[in-house]
Amino acid sequence: MFGAGGGTSAYVEAEDADLLVLWGSNARETHPIFFHHVLQGLRKGTRMYSVDPRRTSTARWADGWLGLDVGTDIALANAIGREIIHADLVNHAFVDRATTGFADYAESVEPYTLERAAQITGVDAALIEELAHAYARADRAQICWTLGITEHHNAADYVFALINLALLTGHVGRYGSGLVPLRGQNNVQGGGDMGSIPAKLPGGYDLGDDEARARFEATWGAPISPKAGMHLSQMFEAMEAGTLKALYCIGENPAESEANAAHARHLLEGLDHLVVQDIFRTATAELADVVLPAAADWCEYEGTVTNSERRVQRVRKAIEPPGQARPDTHIICAVADRLGHDWGEPTAEQVWDELRSLSLDWHHGMSYARLEEHGGLQWPCPTEDHPGTPLMHARLWAEDPAEIGTPAPFTPVEHVPPVDVLDEDFPIRLTTVRLLDAYNSGVQSGGYSSPMRRRESLRMDRDDAARLGIADGERVRVVSRRGAVEAPVALDPSLRPGLASFTPHFSEEVDTNVLTNDAWDPKSGTSEFKATAIRIEKLADAPRLATAGD
Amino acid sequence: MGTPVMLGAITRMVTLTVDGRDVRVPEGSTILQALHEEGTAQQADTPTLCWAPNLAPVNACRVCVVEVEGSRVLVPSCARTVEDGMVVRTDSEKVRHSRRMVLELLASSVDMSQAGDDVARWMTEYGVDADRYGPPAPPAAAGERDRRRAGHHHAPDGSHAETVAQPVKIDNDLYVRDYSRCILCYKCVNACGTDAQFTFAIAAAGRGFDARIATEYDAELPDSACVYCGNCIGVCPTGALKSVREHELRENDDWHPEDETVTTTICSFCGVGCNLELHVQNNSIVNVTSPSDHSVTHGHLCVKGRFGFQHVQNL
Repeated sequence: MFGAGGGTSAYVEAEDADLLVLWGSNARETHPIFFHHVLQGLRKGTRMYSVDPRRTSTARWADGWLGLDVGTDIALANAIGREIIHADLVNHAFVDRATTGFADYAESVEPYTLERAAQITGVDAALIEELAHAYARADRAQICWTLGITEHHNAADYVFALINLALLTGHVGRYGSGLVPLRGQNNVQGGGDMGSIPAKLPGGYDLGDDEARARFEATWGAPISPKAGMHLSQMFEAMEAGTLKALYCIGENPAESEANAAHARHLLEGLDHLVVQDIFRTATAELADVVLPAAADWCEYEGTVTNSERRVQRVRKAIEPPGQARPDTHIICAVADRLGHDWGEPTAEQVWDELRSLSLDWHHGMSYARLEEHGGLQWPCPTEDHPGTPLMHARLWAEDPAEIGTPAPFTPVEHVPPVDVLDEDFPIRLTTVRLLDAYNSGVQSGGYSSPMRRRESLRMDRDDAARLGIADGERVRVVSRRGAVEAPVALDPSLRPGLASFTPHFSEEVDTNVLTNDAWDPKSGTSEFKATAIRIEKLADAPRLATAGD
Repeated sequence: MGTPVMLGAITRMVTLTVDGRDVRVPEGSTILQALHEEGTAQQADTPTLCWAPNLAPVNACRVCVVEVEGSRVLVPSCARTVEDGMVVRTDSEKVRHSRRMVLELLASSVDMSQAGDDVARWMTEYGVDADRYGPPAPPAAAGERDRRRAGHHHAPDGSHAETVAQPVKIDNDLYVRDYSRCILCYKCVNACGTDAQFTFAIAAAGRGFDARIATEYDAELPDSACVYCGNCIGVCPTGALKSVREHELRENDDWHPEDETVTTTICSFCGVGCNLELHVQNNSIVNVTSPSDHSVTHGHLCVKGRFGFQHVQNL
């Protein structure tokens, strides 16, 4: 945010916020321990709004639930912005001093009246107005979001729409006020920070930053192309074009986790050479020419990971890895060795110290000893006497204009509906959701026996099922423009008419991503997992299976 | 402008006298906090059962009582906040006798054998003699104690020590409830409730000696509101709640705490980044806990963090 790809706030601030907006986040199930902080806030009187197409277990804790149609969040956010402007609730002191582009933003949201937003989103205009006023009037307010915001074909615009609201009201850079992207995976933040974002070097430097690049080149003893590489979605396009012929895949299971999975698998099969380095023999590994067994670094080796509050924390070896499994860094160094580069076999701490020597702003002050002493440190932490930065962008509130630095820009964005449109043939919106006791494609969470686990089902609204003549538990065929799967139906009161859901957790039961759309966001590369158009077909003579409630 | 650093609330200091010595602590501290932070080694070793650093005090066990001058009865040090000029005695005959009685009555009726080294040491130090209440009464049949209604408890004849002994409840693959070891400290109830999880799957049911921790209508856990975060296990002081894995290893005489290593690492699931303490015996993870003093978790976990390690088990 504002030049630094990370959330602005520490988790504990949620306990002291006056208002929390959980937008496209079912944190009660997907980030349960963050939600503990939210609950402590609620206990002390924090108000909470949930913006989510489903009435989730998070929404049940909310003072207000804005059950919008999938893919209409920008219209909702812009209408909230317009209402704040028209109700004269803009924090002008902040906007004038610390932001740019307000006039253009105000103009861009002008067409998003409450009535029009209600029409687009399906949310009652009075409720939109209520949230707009509550957010603008709160002393301390946070917007927290997850994949409900980022798994769309225009995901970056969704994020900008939320950032605009924080700028409008000054809800950023102060304790208890902030923008909190809850990362879906353990080290998404750290992976990005370490340069796995194609246009970034480790430490958040732009690849086009000549000075930074020169430092990395000097340390690494190799030239670095200033041209960004491909992100995952572009790689699959390159496979399709035949320009990408070999893939080295570390700790990722694209054969199951990519949208439009059948197509993705076809492309993986067409590669000249596929190497998979993983702790599991995943579906992707099954397609590989070479499988390199990796240690589970979180408990079988040493290192660091970075969480959603930018806290770098140590992972440590507790058990021996099985068989021939080796730590990822050791495997990579061994590969480098075979390619004629002697990198030795550095320890995790040596690798980290090299990173610290290059990431001068974010990580330089984070020695292993300090990470140990402080229970992790939050970047930026530029020097060894720096306490780390729980709360970012406080500079925007500085008295001295020189200290404010680069002002935070408003970014006008427009509502664009999902690519996978609803029509007569595909009238139901399918969204992907996650469960408390399972995780992503299920390769890790499938290992333990959860008493809450049920078979994977198409969750749908009772009225929709009645209209289609489908009984609870009946097996149906679910068809999208890309593929079809069969699954039993489970009636779910958290869903509304026209909305159904699958999880991505149990692909051996229901291969959800056969249905999803691989249309992706040009700014982030994220696919449109959240918005698939489907129809639900009855199977001839389908036996009614026992339901969870039977 | 420098980096903002959270200092917490700025508080006044108050002075109290503990066993004749002046102690200064921040206003709002409990007596127990004062003993932990400013007390002598002996004062800091004040016994506790129902208190935990990451839970609100519930005053259930009364083993931490101290004398406060001007107070008619002993006060629980875990909950009473300090006042300027307070005079506290931690080692009087009245205090020692009361602590002994608490431990002795619990030991006579509850299996305290897995309550940890500290509890065993306190039993010795306070001269606990649980045998003087007679031999323990035979255990109740499975479910019998759950069916007892308030007011229907038979009067003991004094020949045996009444106990809460009963079979272990095993109704799911993740954790067991061994209520022969339950001292009704309420830690599990509060971890399940407003101190952490807000699931409210369990509460105290029944009255008097028949009081017990129960799900609604004594439903088996898979039919209850339980979401298997295991935060109840994390705070249980007596081994009444434990993982199935620990239970089985103990039953098979394969439990080796003396060989256990504890390694702090980070959970591999979602992006919250919870601190996990992996308890490992014989290169296999036997339990997962979280440090109570870490700002990310406050010591509490979810089902994936606490139980979702099977994929790295070397069995």
